[in-house]
Amino acid sequence: MVTLGDYLIVSGILFAIGFAGVMLRRNLIIILMSLELMLNAANLSLVAFSRFRVQPNGLPDYNAQVFVFFVITVAAAEVAVGLAILVALFRARQTIDVKDINTLKF
Amino acid sequence: MLVFGAAVVINRNPVASALSLVVSFLGLAALFMSLDAYFIGIIQVLVYAGAVMVLFLFIIMLLDLRAEERRQINWLTSAGAITVALALLLQIFYVVGNFKAATQTFPPLARSTSDDVRNIGLLLFGNYNLPFQIIGVLVLVATIGVVLLSRREPR
Repeated sequence: MVTLGDYLIVSGILFAIGFAGVMLRRNLIIILMSLELMLNAANLSLVAFSRFRVQPNGLPDYNAQVFVFFVITVAAAEVAVGLAILVALFRARQTIDVKDINTLKF
Repeated sequence: MLVFGAAVVINRNPVASALSLVVSFLGLAALFMSLDAYFIGIIQVLVYAGAVMVLFLFIIMLLDLRAEERRQINWLTSAGAITVALALLLQIFYVVGNFKAATQTFPPLARSTSDDVRNIGLLLFGNYNLPFQIIGVLVLVATIGVVLLSRREPR
């Protein structure tokens, strides 16, 4: 049988993949995609706990699913703003490589 | 799903990365459905695999990015990043391994969750009315900000 731990482990692996992507890649678009992966890993563990905590009326705990709904909304807004900043940056600098964006570097 | 998640990070071509991300999100939606969260699974497909990925692909096409042909890896940075990610993974494994409830299977549902849109809606407009309105303001601000950012300078 599938246990709660299985879903949590899958969620953890997905989060680690996203984290490695943010640290490894230098392309800003791929960094944003890895951020999405991390947000979705958190969503997966939230939904798993929602299904695990069955309420007395025999339904899953919907508070977690409302929270997932909020996370998805905020993530969509965040992607839109991030990509707009990226386009503005590309217009100013003609690059989206994080290695070339070092004006603020100490 | 995990394979395509890894492909997002490994692929050098941004378009291939984005398409792997679509498949990964579809797999995640299937996992949500297997957890009886049909509404969340459907908005995952609609919002992520639909809207967000179209946005990503559109920006990739707009910027006309080519694959990074030069492969100058900074080995020290890469080794550090992989070490930190592996340490995080080991910590997650350890915590899940010591978590008592993690070895239990999911309890059966007494009722079908086919009307979960109604239940989520009741919570959303009842208990979570104030956060819902704050999210609405946030989306409005994000929309205005994006329009302002992507506007060409009038000079």
